[in-house]
Parts: sequence; C-alpha cells; structure tokens
Amino acid sequence: MNTKNLELPSYLEKGESVTKTLAAIKEREVVLEVKQLSKTFDSTKGPVTALNDVSFKTHRREFVTVIGPSGCGKSTLIRILAGLETQTHGEVLLDGKAVSGPGPDRGMVFQGYTLFPWLTVKKNVMFGLSCQGKTRATAESEAMQWVDLVGLEKFANAYPDQLSGGMKQRVAIARSLAAQPRILLMDEPFGALDAQTRVRMQEYLMEIWRNIDITILFITHDLDEAILLADRILVLKAHPGEIQEVIEVPVPRPRSSEQLLSPEFLATRQRLEELIHPPLDNDDTKPNMFRMVNVDDDVEPLL
Amino acid sequence: MTFSTSNWFVPRTSLNTVRSRWLTILSFLVPVLIWCIVSYTPFIWHPNIQITEPGSVSYFKTGIQVKRDRFDAEVEKARKASVKIPQGVRVNPVYLPAPHEVAIAFYTSFTTEPKRRSEQWLHESLWHSITVIFWGFFLSSIVAVPLGILCGTYATFSKFHEPFIEFFRYLPAPAFGALAVAILGIHDAPKIAIIFIGTFFQQVLIVANTTRKLDLSLIEASLTLGAKRLQLLFKVVVPGILPDLYRDLRILLGWAWTYLIVAELIGTSSGITWFITQQARYKNFDNVFAAILMIGIIGLFSDIVLSKLGRKLFPWDKTTTKGG
Repeated sequence: MNTKNLELPSYLEKGESVTKTLAAIKEREVVLEVKQLSKTFDSTKGPVTALNDVSFKTHRREFVTVIGPSGCGKSTLIRILAGLETQTHGEVLLDGKAVSGPGPDRGMVFQGYTLFPWLTVKKNVMFGLSCQGKTRATAESEAMQWVDLVGLEKFANAYPDQLSGGMKQRVAIARSLAAQPRILLMDEPFGALDAQTRVRMQEYLMEIWRNIDITILFITHDLDEAILLADRILVLKAHPGEIQEVIEVPVPRPRSSEQLLSPEFLATRQRLEELIHPPLDNDDTKPNMFRMVNVDDDVEPLL
Repeated sequence: MTFSTSNWFVPRTSLNTVRSRWLTILSFLVPVLIWCIVSYTPFIWHPNIQITEPGSVSYFKTGIQVKRDRFDAEVEKARKASVKIPQGVRVNPVYLPAPHEVAIAFYTSFTTEPKRRSEQWLHESLWHSITVIFWGFFLSSIVAVPLGILCGTYATFSKFHEPFIEFFRYLPAPAFGALAVAILGIHDAPKIAIIFIGTFFQQVLIVANTTRKLDLSLIEASLTLGAKRLQLLFKVVVPGILPDLYRDLRILLGWAWTYLIVAELIGTSSGITWFITQQARYKNFDNVFAAILMIGIIGLFSDIVLSKLGRKLFPWDKTTTKGG
C-alpha cells in the first residue's frame, strides 16, 4: 500500500477517547516489566548481539504488539520472556518479581500450533489444568468453558490433526488461557494462516481479550496486524535488536478491519513503514536485472 | 483397468486398492512361481541324475544322485564297451525340494512323532523358540526403553550411557556365547542372554534417537503450561513418541529372531534351530524348508497383528494409519 502521497494527520495526534484510554491503561498496575534486557549469542564469527538494552513495561489488560524487521530479535525477546531462553543481562519482572525459567504464569502461543497430537481438543485444553493438580472433573469442566469460549465445543473430541489451521490456533489460545496466566505471549501466532483466516482470528482474539482479564504481548511482522490489535507498538530495529520507538496507537476502540483505511490507521502505518523499511542506500544485495527475453508487449513502459 | 505407466509410477502416491492387492499377491506368487519352474521343468537347471538302473557301472546304485557330466561320461563308456547302459532321470539336488514336497513336509513335520523319546515335536520346538524370544526381548525392553527415553530427553543420561553403549553394540552378541554358558548354564538362560545382548544396546540407541525426534516445541509448550519434570516425561515425552516407539519395537522384534538362531545353538541346542539342524542331518531338506517357512510365517503374522493393533492404539497417528 502506498501511503506516501496521501495527506495524513500525524500519527501522534490522538482523539479524546484514545488519549483517555491510554491514560487509564497507565494507571493500572504493571504486569510485566523488562529491564535492560540483552542477549548475546556465540557464533563461529564471534559474539552476535541479538538484543541490546531492551526495557519496557506492560500494564494489566494492555495489548502490546512487537514489530520489527526479520532478525531484530523479536522471537528471542518473547522466548526470554517465556523463560525458554536465558538473557545475558537484564531482568524480567512479573508482578514485580523476577522470573527465570518457563512457568504457567506466562502463557505462550507459538506460530506452529504445538498442540499435542495424541490428545483431543478438550484434553489439550485440560493439559495445563491437570499439571496444576486439578481433579479430572474440575479440569474437564473448566476446559470445556474455554473450548466453548473459542467456539469449538463441537470439536471437543476431535484430534488436532482433524482441525484447520485457524481452529488449531484457537485451541492453542484456549489451552494457554485455561492455565490462567498473568500474561499471554504470542509469537507470530497467525503467521502461518491465510489472509482471510488471519483477519478472522484477529477479530476473535480482540473479542477474547475484551471479555477476559488478560494482558497480551503479541509479536508480528505484519504492520496492519500490529496496529489493529495494539494499544502500544514496540518497534524494534535489527543488528542489534533495540527498541526504536514506542507508538501509542491513535486508532479508537472497538477496532475492526474497516478501520484499516481510516486516517489514523494509515498515519500509523506510514510511520511504521518508515521505521521498518528505511530507504535502501547501500544495499549490495540489490538484484542486478537485465532482460533475458525479448518482450514485445511492454509489461511496464521502458524508461 | 488401464495400464499406463504414469499411473503406476507416481512418486510417493498410494496405488488404488485393486493394484496394491495384486502386487501384494504377486510379491509372494513370483518367488513361488520361480521355485515351481526350477522344480517342475526338467530341462531347467536339474544338474544331477538320479540313477534308476545302475547298468554296468560298479559304483552306481539305484536312487543315488550323480553329476550330469559324470553320468554322461559313464554312459558313453558303457556304449563303447557295449555293456549294459545305466539309466537315470534329471533331478535337482536334494537340498532343493519341490514346492509340493515342502508343502507335504509342512503338514507331516507337525504330525510326525520325534525319532527319539527325548526329542520334541515340531510345535513344541516352535513354542520353545517363541518363549526364548519373548523373555529375551521382554527383559531387554523393560530396561532399554526407559533408559532410551531418559537418554533422549536429558543430556546427562545421554552423555553418561551412550558412549559405552555405542561401543558395546559393536561387540557381536554370539561372541558372548561361551561366556553366557559358563555363567548361566546350558539351558535357556544363556540363550535369553544372547538375545538380550543382541537387542538391548541397539534398542537403547534407537529409542533415544526416536525420543530426540520429538518436536521440541511440544516440550516448550508444555513447560509454558506448567509441566514439571515427571509430568513432562509422562504427559509429553512418552505419549509423544509412543507410536514411533511401537514401530521401533516391531522392527527390533524382527532382529531378535535373527539372534534366536545363533542363541539356540549355544549350550544344548534347542527350539526350532535344533529341529532344523537335526532334519538337515537326516537330509530331510523338505522339513528344513518347512521350518524356515514357519519362522517367516510366524514373523509376518505377528507383525501384521502388531501393526493392526498399532492402528487401534494410536488413532491420532497418521503414519500408522496409512502405512503397514
């Protein structure tokens, strides 16, 4: 989408309702706090800094998306938050307490569904509950509520293999939420879905988020998705992965895909484009094109 | 049915049921057919002559087999000397009985009483072999499977056990025969030990590798859902690898049969191997073939049963439902 030639308001301009909502969010307690997080990998060519001095806070029931070019360390960031990788420096605080290692207080939804193929939908959702030592009956009735919530009660006894991608991801969301985490970490959860399903899933997720008390940190590389879902967007840059800018989304809630063409939305999108796709000055991997065939009917007029 | 090549050779696509059924039948029929041709067409192979009339040749006796060129030479000699010419028919060597002979032997070997009182009936020998296999395989599995799973899950177990196991698996199991007899006596114990040694070390490594193939993201997902150590093992790792583990064990059971033949020669010869060697000594090669076939049939049959059972046990597993 080319937004360059449109007369757009500044992405910093917000309506009254948006300003109010954002202020209200800041009043709420901090659920997750990240302090000076750094991560260095050892590679054959020496140490590589994946994340450098990343700090931010998320408040209760806030929806934060993280966006950045590939290789900016956004997946590393969320994996550290989930406790699946360890940071080199810095701290992750959940409700003010430092966390290390994975735990059910930070639910995670992966891009690759990661449902247990040997368990039915219902039993997948029961997994976290029975790990917490709940009785079978309690776990089952609680799980069914979550299965209901994501609208899959008809498929409660189906195996993951029998479900579509979107349905699988709904089960994965239900499974994470059933364990009652403080924050839901989502690592490009809709990345593998087709465009139509993705839009529906975004609406589903907003609906779920509206109805339950959950804070969400959502990683994506899709600009529209980042804006549509978020209260705030953390924009990362690559090499090393650092926070470039935190954007407070000026699009009023409730959101829907119709807002994709609203001025506030486009203004935000334009800003994200600037940040994530900076003009290529000295790109030595630029394709070096020459005509290999005779093309009579010009596909594009020659300059 | 249309016979176009393109439909018979599409990579990794299953054939229609009619075709796959035919091919299954043919896969058994073709070897049998070749065997029949070799056995029943006198001008194909049949390298020996069975003497029906020794004639003037002193060392020919009715019923013995001689090589064809030797026979021809003697016939030529007799003709020149104008003495009685020996006669005979072309036959295959004794060690290749015809299919019908084996088929008959298949039946009679079960109904024939053992020659000596101390000897066993065929079905007793077979049963004996099956119990030896069962114990060897069972004892190996109850140790190797848990150990393999631990090695595949935790690097500590893997690094502590696998290097030695990797070394030990190159030591041929039959090499431990004499040792096993010295320690465990001459009866079934050393035979079970050989099957154990032959199976165990491979089994640990194969189970460990299967465990390592489990999708890491499933383990990660379970950790973010609050699974602790034992829960991780019993609620994720074990069920996650179960269909593959089951397939591994099916394949390893086949290997155990290979070790059986060696194992049964150790100490007092017993079981089906004893039957085979005994019959070969009596030159009852039809019985030998029958017994070998028997092992094949038992192996195939038990594998089919196990694969059918696998489909029932693991309804979510695509590979078991389609293959086998």
